[in-house]
Amino acid sequence: MGKRFIAIWFRHLTTDRMVRIQPELKEIPFVLSAPERGRMVIKAANIAAQEIGIHVNMVVADCRAIYPSLKVYDYKPELAEKLLKALAEWCLRYTPVVAIDLPDGLIMDISGCAHLWGGERPYLKELLTKLRGYGYDVRAAIADSVGAAWAVSRFGKVSPIVESGKQIEVLLPLPPAALRLEESTLELLNKLGLCQISSFIAMPRKTLRRRFGQNILSRLDQAVGKEYEFILPIQPAEPYQERLPSLEPIRTAKGIEIALNQLLEKLCIRLTKEGKGIRKCIFKCYRIDGNVQQIEIGTNQSSRNVKHLFKLFELKIATIAPALGIEVFTIEAPIVEDTSVIQDALWDFTEGGNSTAIAELLDRIAGKLGVDTIRRYLPDEHYWPERSMKVASSLAELSETGWRTDIPRPIHLLSHPETIEVTVPMPDYPPLLFNYKGVLHHVKKADGPERIEQEWWLQQGLFRDYYCIEDEQGARYWLFRLGSYDSGEPKWFMHGFFA
Amino acid sequence: MQAAKHDIIQQLQREVLSLQRHKSIAGQQLVTGWGDIDKAFPGYTFPLGAVHEFISTNKENAAATNGFMAGLVGKIMQNRKLVLWISTKRTLFPPALNMFGIEPDRIVFIDLCKQKEVLWAIEEALKCNALSVVVGELSELSFTESRRLQLAVEQSKVTGFIHRYNPRTENTVACVTRWKISHLASEIKGMPGVGFPKWNVALLKVRNGRPGSWHIEWSADGFKQIAQQAFTFSEMLQRKAG
Repeated sequence: MGKRFIAIWFRHLTTDRMVRIQPELKEIPFVLSAPERGRMVIKAANIAAQEIGIHVNMVVADCRAIYPSLKVYDYKPELAEKLLKALAEWCLRYTPVVAIDLPDGLIMDISGCAHLWGGERPYLKELLTKLRGYGYDVRAAIADSVGAAWAVSRFGKVSPIVESGKQIEVLLPLPPAALRLEESTLELLNKLGLCQISSFIAMPRKTLRRRFGQNILSRLDQAVGKEYEFILPIQPAEPYQERLPSLEPIRTAKGIEIALNQLLEKLCIRLTKEGKGIRKCIFKCYRIDGNVQQIEIGTNQSSRNVKHLFKLFELKIATIAPALGIEVFTIEAPIVEDTSVIQDALWDFTEGGNSTAIAELLDRIAGKLGVDTIRRYLPDEHYWPERSMKVASSLAELSETGWRTDIPRPIHLLSHPETIEVTVPMPDYPPLLFNYKGVLHHVKKADGPERIEQEWWLQQGLFRDYYCIEDEQGARYWLFRLGSYDSGEPKWFMHGFFA
Repeated sequence: MQAAKHDIIQQLQREVLSLQRHKSIAGQQLVTGWGDIDKAFPGYTFPLGAVHEFISTNKENAAATNGFMAGLVGKIMQNRKLVLWISTKRTLFPPALNMFGIEPDRIVFIDLCKQKEVLWAIEEALKCNALSVVVGELSELSFTESRRLQLAVEQSKVTGFIHRYNPRTENTVACVTRWKISHLASEIKGMPGVGFPKWNVALLKVRNGRPGSWHIEWSADGFKQIAQQAFTFSEMLQRKAG
């Protein structure tokens, strides 16, 4: 499948921008002007101004004579490029390859993208509707080559979509200006009466070159699609990224540490200005031999503390293999968050103390020993002891329900109940003696039973009858009987130790 | 005359304590409710900002020790600060901590596999002064390691509890106290069933203080000393002196 390109033309880029900022200007004729050879010359005019005959390159004084109440604003030369860059970044949602076409257009390579919107027509419609919704007066065209798309978007009168391989037919009736030629060539063509591409496209190439230069040939080839035209796609900006090239290749751990520290400082200064903190950070080392070494950290709470972040990285610096040396270091923060003050206010677990210090400590532990080693528990609404708590997802998470305090629970709970042998005087009574791991315990005091039924919607099985037991030594245990004596010989288990 | 003498002696005692490198934390005093047990400690208060060592030898006593420690932790943190509980093979059941005056969600558990990791985590945690108490459960602790913990604590004023379960040897460590807690039969007068937890609390070592052993019960109001017939070690010393 061949390449497909789209060219977008913003007909009133800068003035549309002005209207976007000041909507009251929409109906009023206004122009943007800049000084040129001692006069104020119009650089851009909005639609209302064009309707009363005011055009680009006129002198402001003359226009004031035509329309005395004309509004004049300053023209900023760099504005167009800035706007196009922002629009190009916005267009990245439609295709990964977007290039800026100064002074007032964008070129996108949409090969293999249009079908995601259900074809080229809906794709174009969606794109144009969105851009027009933002208040920009745009035209666009799709063709096999950049040149053809450009020509049709500026001068086309029939259809904005040029079918594959049909660019010559479409180009024929267009004026020579559609080929993006220089002003002098266009004047010459006009003088010779060649007002359409069709009138000179069939001429011998030699003649064309001799009279108009090599440029016209290559432009023609580009428009027709014979010559491939390279476009320079914009790079999506990594929002939080810093670079540090080194004069000489770095090979020592100390050198890497210094680089890391400098980059972190740069990054954190920027984050502080924007009120953000890092949740995830990647440090990349580009080696001379082309290899890229990288280390990555995550934090429990967004942080922009250089010392803390450095400490997290420090644990991993040893894993970087510098080999012959590292020439460029970069640091990027793919996940940043606003450093919140609201959460602290909701649950201040340190009583005005330093919650960041705790979060940083936990980050260090998580970084060295693994995130899954840190657990905080919240009550869960289950009677079954093993399910009576759940792991909290964050340091600040609170539970809606409180902890139960009305029922005794052992301070030590075995993860798996262990079987014991018991002597029971009669059913539903606590045992007289029990044998746990080969040691015989005589029961002196007992509480219970506390019956805990299976939660049938989670698990099938027998109920448990729990007893608190104290033996002759004074040690306190939590035992249970699985099921009742009605259904044969029930098993007894040791499940915990009371304090 | 008598009062003046008392003042002088107190003054001298404080000076001696400061010479012995005992530092009390200004403005912080733990109300244990233990009665005369507090007299065993230097300055008559439970030493905060120090590392305490607890030794247990079997599962039952480990549970008793953790119960006693939980009671102390609850008194120190007052449900206002965060506590780190660092251990290997943890069997502690968080919902039970409610009974000892701790909201279980104020404890962050760190469950590790290796002794080395536990020691590293305890040391790092003890350096963080935003915490109130750090509890560590491990079995072996060498003198050097304990000295590192003590140094960390001296900077940050965090209180550390080290619970050593079944250590190979009861070696000398640089902790200010060494405790052994064992369970005692609970008492309920005229009622059937199991009563409040009751322990035999043995303070085997205490720097600049007097070791002793007492019976303590944990009831709804907190720690309560139970009068016992046999006289304590400190009393014995007093008798000798008398």
